[in-house]
Amino acid sequence: MTQERTVLTGKHFMQGDIACAEGAIAAGCRFFAGYPITPATEIAERMARRLPEVDGVYVQMEDELGSMAAVIGASYAGVKSMTATSGPGFSLMQENIGLAVMTETPCVVVNIMRGGPSTGQPTKPGQQDVMQARWGSHGDYEIIALAPSSVQEMFDLTIEAFNLSEIYRVPVFVLADEIVGHMWERVTIPSENAIKRVNRKRPRTLPEKYVPFLPDRDLVPPMASFGEGYRFYATGLTHDETGHPRTDTAKAQQELVQRLCDKIRKNREKIVRVSANMLEDAEVMVVAYGTTSRSAMSAVREAREKGFKAGLLRLITLWPFPDKEIAELAKRVRAIVVPEMNCGQIVREVERAAKETSVIFMPKLGEEPHRPVEILDAIQRGSYK
Amino acid sequence: MRLEIRAAGFGGQGIIRAGLMLATAACIYGDKNAVETQSYGPESRGGACKSEVVISDKEIDFPKVSKPDILIAMSQEAYNQYAHTLKQGGTLLLDSDMVLKQKKNLDIQVFEIPATKIAEKLKNTIVANVVMLGAFTSITNLVEVEAIKKSILDNVPKKTGKLNLAAFEKGYDYGKLLKKKKR
Repeated sequence: MTQERTVLTGKHFMQGDIACAEGAIAAGCRFFAGYPITPATEIAERMARRLPEVDGVYVQMEDELGSMAAVIGASYAGVKSMTATSGPGFSLMQENIGLAVMTETPCVVVNIMRGGPSTGQPTKPGQQDVMQARWGSHGDYEIIALAPSSVQEMFDLTIEAFNLSEIYRVPVFVLADEIVGHMWERVTIPSENAIKRVNRKRPRTLPEKYVPFLPDRDLVPPMASFGEGYRFYATGLTHDETGHPRTDTAKAQQELVQRLCDKIRKNREKIVRVSANMLEDAEVMVVAYGTTSRSAMSAVREAREKGFKAGLLRLITLWPFPDKEIAELAKRVRAIVVPEMNCGQIVREVERAAKETSVIFMPKLGEEPHRPVEILDAIQRGSYK
Repeated sequence: MRLEIRAAGFGGQGIIRAGLMLATAACIYGDKNAVETQSYGPESRGGACKSEVVISDKEIDFPKVSKPDILIAMSQEAYNQYAHTLKQGGTLLLDSDMVLKQKKNLDIQVFEIPATKIAEKLKNTIVANVVMLGAFTSITNLVEVEAIKKSILDNVPKKTGKLNLAAFEKGYDYGKLLKKKKR
């Protein structure tokens, strides 16, 4: 196995889905279990071809329930693991995503969002699974979701997703819309050495002293792999630090579930990423993510040319939600414009963070993203608020 | 300079591949930024299909085509749907074997290329898309011949390289001839 084959260093004209697969391999992913689905199929195709080249394993599963289960199993065996799907498959994965949360399994789930609900419009874009990503599995938990807006970010943020999942022992979602997934664009892949890879914390004790769910000060427990002598139990039932079920005490539920939430909440400053563009003197702020943020960027540039003080806050992290960042900026602007390819999801979070500041919501369903002129129109309306 | 190109036809004609060849030539073998996006139905062949390429000196924010400078139409349906979306004075390249009826009074420049027939003569209609790309290259002068040839070879199976380059040359020559006549 040569290094060149692991990381395809150089400039490429590449598809978003393919860049995602290459990002995963560069991050150290060596296991993919999935069930191909438009518009995420190209990720599975690429992984099927590439993983054997880097001594990895690709498994075509019977369905998405099995896919997610296999991903958890592989991660517990110590291998960085992922799956990729779209809305209908993401729905089927939700139960085992909850299991991954409860068992604190590092893994990456890519959702290339198409039009829903149900099988909807397989080849058309959507941003309709944003709330499902946050709340899709039952019970209380915190999750991390990243929203790439270019082919370069499909590569970069997939690596980031693996790193975050390893640091916080949590499933991390890459939530891209169909346009970003299928788009072809230039991507620059850095050299092998320039890629930042983070691996999960390993036990610092002997196997007989290992307490599998005893957290460090960062609230994350070190993780042993199955099969290397650290014998322990992992379960979806509420458990104590030893991993054994504790289904009858309030204390066990409070301690565990609170910690699962807190390990993300208390580290949010390290996780949350936004990109601020022309916001220094902005009177109208557009908040957008994915392809929509590119329409918004065009609109903001046009607005500036026309003399309107507009800026764009592009959300890179969708969950945990950048509410503090938005609250701070909201105090300084007249209005916030939120374009989304859905009937209103992230806008609810923006409204919550923006408090009194007026929010103009721009829903969009169907084949095309927002045209810049539509967002420009909303910016102009916002300027007179 | 932002240039918008739309290619449309039906699934199986290599519409998306043609867009990719063009965008790769501009972006990897040229010095421009380029983005290709696509739209197609759930069927693998026969459904409506379009490929959109934006080429620019600057960073490309909005990746889709709204008012194309150039349209490549490879089916009647594509022509009917998109001919009127061209910019005023825009350039239309159509496969005259597929587009039989044209609208009147459109303020555009039309180039008719019998791409499917030319491809038939090469004994493989599958390269009609590359014939069109050849004509596109000589008519528009947007990409370097060497750049597009490299990108064609990047985008096709090795054993079909010769066939595709032959298709390109035929299209290129036909386009050159058409352009001369227009003058």
